Amino acid sequence: MDDTDKLIINQLQKGFPICESPYRQVAEHIGIAEDELLNRLQTLLDDGVLSRFGPMYHAEQMGGALTLAALKVPEERFDEVAEIVNGFQEVAHNYARNHTLNMWFVLATERPEQVESVIEQIERQAGLTVYNMPKIREYYVGLQLEA
Amino acid sequence: MIDAIDFQLIAAVQAGLPIAARPYAAIAAQLALSEREVIDRLLSLKAQGLIKRWGVVVKHRQLGYRANAMIVMDIPDERVAALGRQISQLSFVNLCYQRPRQGETWPYNLYCMIHGKSRERVMQQWAALQQSCGLTGVAFEVLFSRRCFKQRGALYRQAGQPQLEASHG
Repeated sequence: MDDTDKLIINQLQKGFPICESPYRQVAEHIGIAEDELLNRLQTLLDDGVLSRFGPMYHAEQMGGALTLAALKVPEERFDEVAEIVNGFQEVAHNYARNHTLNMWFVLATERPEQVESVIEQIERQAGLTVYNMPKIREYYVGLQLEA
Repeated sequence: MIDAIDFQLIAAVQAGLPIAARPYAAIAAQLALSEREVIDRLLSLKAQGLIKRWGVVVKHRQLGYRANAMIVMDIPDERVAALGRQISQLSFVNLCYQRPRQGETWPYNLYCMIHGKSRERVMQQWAALQQSCGLTGVAFEVLFSRRCFKQRGALYRQAGQPQLEASHG
């Protein structure tokens, strides 16, 4: 990844035009040819630096629900419980964190009422209490990471 | 409001826009719409807030962001809103949420994420945040992620499963 790639990544995190020739517009802004931009983007996608272009939907406005939840998992059961949690298609992210609440996952469901039922199933299968921490208020939605 | 064609469009673009000179025309061809209609509908979905952000999704670990901290704070309820807004102005903060406390197990009600390339840098940024926001004496914990088991955008299927901001790790 060179400086031009970094410029592209930083620029495109700010947003992407919705117009007839969006890549040409971005290329002109960065100061490279459209073909070069397309080639570089394809490489960044192939290399797995970028995951995709496109929309981040607003879950609640789409009729769905998101929540953050945590478990206290005994160290010796960690892998087994991770497998149970990851097995649910509603689990979008799952991370180990350094705390007694040591497993943190994000649930995304198509309907708000499904959150409770997925949590109950996880509790039953894992034999552990799920701490559910739904968002009360969001203060920031941007996510920009300097390449 | 959104209609059946919007739902088809949402499903068609969720995996990402084609890397081609006329990407919206390519999507239009799939759905038997005109390029203009695809553009107008996407602009409208964005204006309505159903699409929160339209851009590139980076894999933050691939960019070297491996020291990712979820910092949780116990803030008096009457200070949460003002502090949430203040914290969210800092350029190195990626997200800031108010969430419910869970009794004695978990007394924290304000969360922010700092993604960093080193733990030292994240802790410096956290110290700067504490100082600039007047957080001395506030109980907090810094939870770095140790392992990532799963990270994906949830796939939109029929009626509203969202694509997530990949930001909790």
